[in-house]
Amino acid sequence: MAYPFVHPDETRVLSKHFGEPEARTLAGWEARGGYQALRKAVEMGPAEIVSEVKDSGLRGRGGAGFPTGVKWSFMPQASGKPHYLLCNADESEPGTFKDRELIRWTPHQLIEGCLIGARAINVQHVYIYNRGEFFETTQILARAIEEAYEAGYIGKDILGSGVDIDITLHMGAGAYICGEETGLMNSLEGRRGEPRLKPPFPAAVGAFGRPTTINNVETLCAVPHIVTHGGEWYRQWGTEKSPGTKLFCVSGHVRKPGNYEVPLGFNFREFIYEMCGGPPEGRALKAVIPGGSSVPILRPEEIDIGMDYEAMAAAGTMLGCGSVIVMDETTDIVKQVRRMSDFYTHESCGQCTPCREGTAWASRILKRIEDGWGSEEDLDTLLELSENMAGKTICTFSDAAAAPIVSSVQKFRDDYLALIRRGENLAASA
Amino acid sequence: MAPHNAQNDTVTCTIDGLEVTVPAGTRLIEAAARVGIEVPHYCYHPGLSAPAQCRMCLVEMEGAPKLLPACTAQAGDGNVIHTHSEKSLKAREGVLEFLLLNHPLDCPVCDQSGECGLQDYVAEEGRKMGRFVEPKRILGRDDFGGDVLYYGDRCIMCTRCVRFMREVAQDERLTVVQRGHRAVIDTFFDEGLEGSLWAGNVVDVCPVGSLVSKDFLHKARAWDLDRSPSVCPNCSQGCNISIQTFNNQVTRLKPRPNMEVNSHWMCDYGRHNYQWMNRGNRIEAPMVRRDGKLVAVSWSEAMRTLADTLGKGSHAVRAVVSPFLSNEDMGALRRVMETMGGGDGVYRVETGEEAELPGFPTLKLRRDRAANGVGAELFGYRRAGGDDGTGGLDDLAGHDDVLFVAGDEIQDAPTTFGEKAAVFVYLGHALSDATRNADVVLPATSFAEMEGTFTNYERRIQRFLPALQGPGMSRPIWQILGVLLAGISEKAAPATIDDAFDALAEVRDDFGALSFRTIAPRGTVLPGFPALSEAAGR
Repeated sequence: MAYPFVHPDETRVLSKHFGEPEARTLAGWEARGGYQALRKAVEMGPAEIVSEVKDSGLRGRGGAGFPTGVKWSFMPQASGKPHYLLCNADESEPGTFKDRELIRWTPHQLIEGCLIGARAINVQHVYIYNRGEFFETTQILARAIEEAYEAGYIGKDILGSGVDIDITLHMGAGAYICGEETGLMNSLEGRRGEPRLKPPFPAAVGAFGRPTTINNVETLCAVPHIVTHGGEWYRQWGTEKSPGTKLFCVSGHVRKPGNYEVPLGFNFREFIYEMCGGPPEGRALKAVIPGGSSVPILRPEEIDIGMDYEAMAAAGTMLGCGSVIVMDETTDIVKQVRRMSDFYTHESCGQCTPCREGTAWASRILKRIEDGWGSEEDLDTLLELSENMAGKTICTFSDAAAAPIVSSVQKFRDDYLALIRRGENLAASA
Repeated sequence: MAPHNAQNDTVTCTIDGLEVTVPAGTRLIEAAARVGIEVPHYCYHPGLSAPAQCRMCLVEMEGAPKLLPACTAQAGDGNVIHTHSEKSLKAREGVLEFLLLNHPLDCPVCDQSGECGLQDYVAEEGRKMGRFVEPKRILGRDDFGGDVLYYGDRCIMCTRCVRFMREVAQDERLTVVQRGHRAVIDTFFDEGLEGSLWAGNVVDVCPVGSLVSKDFLHKARAWDLDRSPSVCPNCSQGCNISIQTFNNQVTRLKPRPNMEVNSHWMCDYGRHNYQWMNRGNRIEAPMVRRDGKLVAVSWSEAMRTLADTLGKGSHAVRAVVSPFLSNEDMGALRRVMETMGGGDGVYRVETGEEAELPGFPTLKLRRDRAANGVGAELFGYRRAGGDDGTGGLDDLAGHDDVLFVAGDEIQDAPTTFGEKAAVFVYLGHALSDATRNADVVLPATSFAEMEGTFTNYERRIQRFLPALQGPGMSRPIWQILGVLLAGISEKAAPATIDDAFDALAEVRDDFGALSFRTIAPRGTVLPGFPALSEAAGR
């Protein structure tokens, strides 16, 4: 019991050293077995690492859940050009704070993961794109990179293996869309943070026009453990299709908010009520967003499911990046959705018409409903404009913006109607 | 299932039930165009890259989970595409509704009205009524410098203008600032588009009334304009243009696509240099000198007088032609000169700095700031005078036999010019001190008032059509001189422009291979001369 809240039922693999300041230093990290995986990896060779990660079934922790080993195998072997590994540390999904904690407490874990990842796909240069607002973690990570360079873990001829890998830390400027992989690449190159049209996919044409793989912080942090213990070891947790452990960031109306690492497939109700302590005394649960603000909302009766990619999809939502936002009965759902919608309005890059115009329109309708000037037709308009936004743009931002609106109108229609009726009554009495 | 054509690098797909075979890599929007299907679009422009961001051209492909942007998706063998299926129509209706949310709908005062992509597609595929009841977002206007004015509220953020400046002009002066629905187009620096030779094209590529020309602002409504295909007369590049007129006044010049000459573009020097076509002080009637004074007469009297004066004998003829004359005009004068025993002709042309369009380097503002200097050379006229298009007339000024001045006003000539000439004939638009000495003054039409051809820098013969009605009794020079030729020789006067063009073969054999009607829409390079890429610029 140290780090804000630690529960005995957690399976702490990545977060084992959270709350231990000395784990941040190179000496502290080496004392905890750090960089042993790297030593093993440089001997293993790329193909073996990829195959081990494929065996582990590790899936991307940034939200989409794409199998990491498979993604790595898309990289061309030798194109004669430099290839790049990007580490997406632009953690910007509202409700998410796992990558920040991973970097804050265990920066060397990430560095080691980056180095092994780079080794696996034959890359000589890794960029870590850190979110603009993460001043503290940027400092911590920068210091750790410096230490690792000095110790010979990064740079030329790593551990005498003849492998050269450089790591560059890049700070974003605080745009949500720069967490989208191709938006991140544009931002890294110094362009406007606007997602690119796919195809071509990053493995063919990525950062600086070169073959590129982009992985989330948590994904890369899991890699050293898999290399050390093997893919089969990692499969001891989780389900057949969603193996391993995952960090969940819990915020909102729970007694013990914070980061919790549990095996995928963990019961969601038990997670909220037991591990996080449930809503404050005397208040009932009203809604849960299981994977960050971009995924459909769940009602309390829908949370008897496993916390894995498949079970969440079956429940009509997504695991996303594991950002659990809990809302109890005191929550005004319309206000919360309007607040999220304002966020998307502010963060839309503005390339695609449906997203640029749709997000702003939805915000205004929601604001009007919240203020008591709405009508039932507005709900139909919201659903239809969301349909016109979803799946019609270059990236999935507009799908993300539409998801909370659609799910809240469908699942919490009474909340909307109450506000609409209240407004009508006020107007009638005036 | 269409047959697989891997060997010959073509693919066959079905678009709206029509089978089309196109080279591999062809984009759906272009494949559809081949079978006459227009896929509505905004950000796509054939001369620019396609960012697929307006989301207008979404089409349905059987078997694909999502709608595809036709501007970037490539046609594949056996693809079955529906450009106007229920799903794609619904998506486009959605996009159009989104685009109109904050659009001011100020069509009554918008210059683009009548030729607006937003108007057209909304009328075709949009909702009858919008559902947006919120106050509209206001972005305001901006003076982008040069001739360009920006109306932010009308902007649909297709970024064609930004891409034109980046990719074609390669002079990045415009960009998108801000993001989301607050995004606007803005200039990088204070001068904006000021001084850019190519900035006028951003007005052309703008599919809505967001970027408008200050020069054209509120001058005319698009539907009142008459549009005539023509060739820009302002340099020897020969950009294909449309002369757009209202009430017999040129209001603007717009480029016409010709991939072999000017792609979709033209320079601002050419674009804005049209006021001279509207000049008011034109000669409207033929005049002959009687008792020392020029008096207006009928065409038949003027021509009879001139033919009688010149007679059938031979003369020492000297001539000055303007490089703005058509091939037919210049050729007709050359024929008259040959008939009278030959003689020396000169032309004078203003020159300036050459400027290249980096994204389409064969398009240049050429040194010769007149359309037909090359034509003048072809028909045996010699370049005279200086770089400013003046001088070089000293040896003609005192010529004592027949003197022709065609098109060139010779403003700079001394007032005694032609006084010693036995017969001084002036065919042109307006009188100057020098041309007042003429014995016969014949009102000629300008290129904008007649049919004809120009020869550009690479000897490409290009046709143009009349855009204006010539003033008063003015006639094309080829017609005037054709009649004169009939009067002083046994040759028949040309009845039509075809005849006039055919007669050019008398002066130059290589024109024999061409006829006015068979000149290609993109122009025909005179046989025996190198084509575009090899041609030396002049």
